[in-house]
Amino acid sequence: MNMPFKDAKLHDCRNAFVAALEELAEANRDIVTVCNDSVGSSKLGGFKEKFPERLINVGIAEQNMVGVAAGLANGGKIPFVCCAAPFLTGRALEQIKADVAYSQTNVKLVGISSGMAYGDLGPTHHSIEDFAWIRALPNIAVIAPADRIETDAVIRWAAQYDGGCFLRLSRVGVPDLLPEGHVFELGKANLLRDGADLTIIANGTLVHRAMRAAALLADKGIEARVLNMASVRPIDEDAIVAAATDTGAIVTVEEHTTFGGLGSAVAEVVVDKAPVPMARLGVPGVFAHTGSAEQLLDDFGMAPSAIANSAEALLKRKG
Amino acid sequence: MDTQDLRRMANQIRQRDVRAVFEAGAGHIGGEMSVTDLLTALYFDIMNVDPANPLDPNRDRLVLSKGHTALALYITLSKKGFIPEAEIETFLAHNSRLNGHPNRVKVPGVETNTGPLGHGLPVAVGMATAAKLNGASWRSFVITGDGEMQEGSNWEAIMAAAQFKLDNLTLIIDHNRLQQGARLADTNNLAPIAPKVAAFGWAVEEIDGHDMEQITRALSADTITQGKPKCIVAHTNKGQGISFMSDNVAWHHKVPTEDQYRQAIAELEEALQ
Repeated sequence: MNMPFKDAKLHDCRNAFVAALEELAEANRDIVTVCNDSVGSSKLGGFKEKFPERLINVGIAEQNMVGVAAGLANGGKIPFVCCAAPFLTGRALEQIKADVAYSQTNVKLVGISSGMAYGDLGPTHHSIEDFAWIRALPNIAVIAPADRIETDAVIRWAAQYDGGCFLRLSRVGVPDLLPEGHVFELGKANLLRDGADLTIIANGTLVHRAMRAAALLADKGIEARVLNMASVRPIDEDAIVAAATDTGAIVTVEEHTTFGGLGSAVAEVVVDKAPVPMARLGVPGVFAHTGSAEQLLDDFGMAPSAIANSAEALLKRKG
Repeated sequence: MDTQDLRRMANQIRQRDVRAVFEAGAGHIGGEMSVTDLLTALYFDIMNVDPANPLDPNRDRLVLSKGHTALALYITLSKKGFIPEAEIETFLAHNSRLNGHPNRVKVPGVETNTGPLGHGLPVAVGMATAAKLNGASWRSFVITGDGEMQEGSNWEAIMAAAQFKLDNLTLIIDHNRLQQGARLADTNNLAPIAPKVAAFGWAVEEIDGHDMEQITRALSADTITQGKPKCIVAHTNKGQGISFMSDNVAWHHKVPTEDQYRQAIAELEEALQ
């Protein structure tokens, strides 16, 4: 069997994030960062050194942080709010709703260390509800890039996009998946592997696991299509309908609770437009036990072999 | 506008407000009466805003953080020419853009959508920071209620504004001593507010929030302390100008009967003479 990414180098996507941001900020003096004492965890040290006056550190005060970003946008700035995802989305949710989404301000919300990246620090530091919370709001694009290349592309896209967005980044290392020079398109899935038997839809840190699962399935003669669905809202309805029509079954995998995340977003389209059997893998509506992010994903049935097993089981439900 | 004209304008805004609440059958009339003199001074004496160019990058900004008194803002904006005066008749009507809280996307002159309390000051801190980054001279003003100062987000913003030395930011606390359900003193008494804000590093001034001369002087750029954000604690009355409403907690969002409406207008008319 040819297991993908066997010896692949793993990258912390925060590095791609700050490299792109610093380059963009060099060319556009309106780009600013807003953070909550999160210079280190957001890897903003380089930005701070290059553009000290453009790094606005409000201290440990997330509600103020998002409000300040909305005000900066009102004054013509392009603020990138850089903050651990659980505190950004949980603590400041009403500011995100009123000051960013409803007020339609040009604020880029960058959730660092999303999902269960903080692993053994426990559920207070996990951000596995953020897709559900933020995608319920109008006017905010919700995007989870899969690797360093897509992270770079998403940051470049965000800087020129006139509107609010939530960029869900991780610190957990991931291999390269997308081609160098990849250009991000809002609301467009990327076909990473084609197949006719079923489709696996994933995003963020789960995409390489989905690709590994597809390789395991191929060994058994099952050909899985794999879609990278970085854009959770707006979501690529055409790609989902095509997956349902062409392959007849869909597995979703995400580093998020199964209540309201990527799987739910895909299911909404499937139910409305092309009903087929689905399996939605994720954190099954519980607060996680102690473990690293990788261990927890394995424990919650998202090891490549477990994803493959869920896919096989799903095939039995195909009409 | 001289202070006499400002007083007359404020009186007209109050009369239009009372009529709109009476006709719409809803509104936050008490807090609107308390904030009207502040809004009038800002829009007709202090702020550099142009209804023909509401998004001029160099305009002064006002954030009405006590967004539930949107009607007073709508009427002020209409008197200034941002929206037609006749449109006030649509307040709270089906499909009107004038709902119970201001919307910047729909109503020119509104800077940010408020409603939930404790949102305006952080946004104004961001505005003032943007002006500083650009070396621009425009000013940012924010009006909060006094009960609203119970929201922790305001104190996050108060700390940040002092740290960032935002002397281009002015916070006006509409200190009418009443919140929705009771007196502040009986709820979560912030008194004395002024020394608390001063202790955070702000320049603080206390004024009579219904004395037009005091209001305009306190808002004047001449009174800015370099390197410090400014807080004006404006001592006001909920229901100001109408005897049976004034300082009466029942009038947070009560609607006048026809008799009460006539009496309110008569009292305001008399004050004009």
